[in-house]
Amino acid sequence: MTDAAASRALAAPSAEGALAALARRAEAVAIPLGALLAGVAAFSLFLALLGHSPAEFFALVWRGGFGTAFSWENTLSRAAPLLLAALCVALPARLGLVVIGGEGAIVLGGLAAGATAMVVGWAPGALGLPLMALAAMAVGGAWIGAVGWLRHHRGVNETIASLLMAYIAIALLNHLVEGPLRDPASLNKPSTPPLPDWLRIGEIPGVGVHWGLAFGALACVLAWVLIERTRWGFAARIAGGNVRAAQLQGLPVGALILGFTALAGAMAGLVGFFEVAAVHGAANGSLISGYGYAGILIAFLARHNPLAIIPVAVLVGGLEASGGLVQRRMDLPDATVLVLEGMVFVAILLGETLYGRFRMFRPELWGRA
Amino acid sequence: MTVAAATAKGAPGLETVGMTMRFGAFTALEDVSIAVAPGTVHALLGENGAGKSTLVKCVMGVQKASDGQIMVAGREVDVPSPRAAHAMGLGMVYQHFTLAPSLTAAENLVLSRDDAPAVIDWAKERAGLEAFMGGMPFRVALETPVGRLAAGERQRLEILKQLYLGRRFLILDEPTSVLTPEEADEALGFIRALARSGDITVLMITHKFREVDAFCDEVSILRRGRHVGGGRAATLSHGAMAEMMIGAPPPERPKRAPKNPGPAALSVRGLCARDRSGLKTIEIEDFEVRAGEIVGVAGVSGNGQMELVEALAGQRPIQAGTVAVMGAPFHATRAEAQAHGVRWLPEEPLRNACAPGMSVAENVAFRSFDANGFWVSAAALRKVAAPLASAFNVKCASIDAPISTLSGGNVQRAALARELSGDVRLLICANPCFGLDFGAAGEIRARLMAARDAGAAVLLISEDLDEVMDLSDRVVVMSEGRIAYQAAAAEADRAEIGRRMAGRR
Repeated sequence: MTDAAASRALAAPSAEGALAALARRAEAVAIPLGALLAGVAAFSLFLALLGHSPAEFFALVWRGGFGTAFSWENTLSRAAPLLLAALCVALPARLGLVVIGGEGAIVLGGLAAGATAMVVGWAPGALGLPLMALAAMAVGGAWIGAVGWLRHHRGVNETIASLLMAYIAIALLNHLVEGPLRDPASLNKPSTPPLPDWLRIGEIPGVGVHWGLAFGALACVLAWVLIERTRWGFAARIAGGNVRAAQLQGLPVGALILGFTALAGAMAGLVGFFEVAAVHGAANGSLISGYGYAGILIAFLARHNPLAIIPVAVLVGGLEASGGLVQRRMDLPDATVLVLEGMVFVAILLGETLYGRFRMFRPELWGRA
Repeated sequence: MTVAAATAKGAPGLETVGMTMRFGAFTALEDVSIAVAPGTVHALLGENGAGKSTLVKCVMGVQKASDGQIMVAGREVDVPSPRAAHAMGLGMVYQHFTLAPSLTAAENLVLSRDDAPAVIDWAKERAGLEAFMGGMPFRVALETPVGRLAAGERQRLEILKQLYLGRRFLILDEPTSVLTPEEADEALGFIRALARSGDITVLMITHKFREVDAFCDEVSILRRGRHVGGGRAATLSHGAMAEMMIGAPPPERPKRAPKNPGPAALSVRGLCARDRSGLKTIEIEDFEVRAGEIVGVAGVSGNGQMELVEALAGQRPIQAGTVAVMGAPFHATRAEAQAHGVRWLPEEPLRNACAPGMSVAENVAFRSFDANGFWVSAAALRKVAAPLASAFNVKCASIDAPISTLSGGNVQRAALARELSGDVRLLICANPCFGLDFGAAGEIRARLMAARDAGAAVLLISEDLDEVMDLSDRVVVMSEGRIAYQAAAAEADRAEIGRRMAGRR
């Protein structure tokens, strides 16, 4: 075979090549799906041991999360913050960093949005809202960006740092809304002053869900483009795949880490902004809702692929939306859904060890029957 | 062929009969029968992937052979586990040290015993160790922490440990790869003396024909999982052994075509950096590589060569000094590397130069992905990578397959395809042929020579002294983080280099 013919053969995928490419991609879908099923199976066993019917549980999850137009509305409004919260995990993960403290950036982003509203309350929505969003993104970005800085310049483990910083963030929120930023009128629940109507975000017409859903989905698409189609994303994937190789190529690893962690924090900050401007109407303790932690589960289930985050976030959103119904009908505690999420997460982590173990996903081994 | 069961002192002989090992459809060993006579040193030769380690693992009970028998001291035995192998007196010394560096030799020896008591009576143990050492032709300081022993001493201690544990059949896996030539001769002389006196029987995996000639009695050669030949070491020529190993006459060593080197491509002045332990520093006072020459850096592993490469590559902070490329200061940024044509070939490319999970095409495109602006398209990467991959004979199912699915030689070829394309003016490589078979190594050496002949400056850091001597125009020896010796290759004296590698003047 001549060189030209050989390079054509390499470049042009044959029918068999297409099958091989499909098999390679299928692994990234099949293993998380298998882990999801394994987690569900383990949870069913758990329910059965407690004397409850797993079938009834999942029927209720279906009804509460996906069965009616109303449950879909509920599901999607929970999915909206989860999309952005999952990006806060997925973006650094592509660089090989496990950041699990998105909750901190969410809380501080919301606080920044609420505090900004106190200053720009005079401004019309077209000016005030972008300012609030920018403040939320800046604070969230600085918070997670600091985790990246500590990692790169001081060698501090990013997982631990981000988790511990989340506790600091929550303490800061509590301190500020109970002290300097407190609205004297908020008696039972210390809050920043309520947002004026023109600084509130409404619903997407015809969907019944606030605009955070559209922004979250758009952010996922843009994040995918950034990672898969731009030189920065490519450089980040090299650094995530092997940091020594990235250094050898002269890539600015430090700048990539800072940039991606800051961007991730900005996404989490936006969650806080939407929670304040579209849901709670003020910054208060309701911001500590666990979206940051659910985002970890979603990002891992989606294998840190921003496009895959969209369906997974809807799935998890539906699960959480059905929590109330399950609680009422089956007399199970609120935390039951969390038990399910935890079991799925453990199954996902175990599933990580299975990559490359199955012959059907490794076309290069097919010939050797 | 029948062999005596054991020597008078109890060192057993060992035979494998029809050993076969299959992994799925892949046959790693096929019908391998070798016989190691008691009290001899038997060399096991073969290229990477020839099945040497599989054979040894089967003998040591690490893997269960699909078929075949093992005979120890003339009796057929079953070796289900390493523990069982140890009980039969079989022991293995690995390429890399397995002693705890912070413990003394005495502590290491006692703790390695399976029957070490929960509470150790050190006075009694020391007396026992002294008695044991008294019977050995060689002594090691018992009270010195192992970390402070020289590499050669540590290797001898590894062997003493096996004897102390009562093992009389030793398998040595490339025992001299971390030693200077002098230390290697000493350690192997010690091993041969023990075998001659009937204390041990040795099966030694090696690549070095010189060691076979000087220290081994018999040879067995494996190729592609089959036993293809062997016999008395004294009767086999190097050419015959090499031919059996690779199944064809050995590739000709590339010839050096002396040329007048051009201006300095890489100059290092007063470079200081921490070494891996963080306790010592490497200090390179004055060092140059000129266009059109290959400068070979020889040295025993762990004497600062890797730290030097890392400092040049921006992977290790530089504490003082300057690095200049083509006369301009160099900080290992991408822009500088691209402007001056600086390329890298580190050892074990999968670990050091590739992202294992990314595709072959993506890995080949690491140098060029940002050449066309902001956007990166998979199709464009493939278009660049496909001709490069075929020009460098990268064999893969598809260039979309993850690079981690390729064999070592093909990963190195893919790295070469990336690093040697375009305008190469300075090439820095470290152990580029480590772990590759003859064919692939020869091909890579030829490419280095070709790059040099095309006017590139090549810095070749290698733990293989033969490689350095064959390829280099100038030879540099590193020892204890410093440059201990520099000479033109034509005038370099092997014995002098060996002494400098050992840190002596």
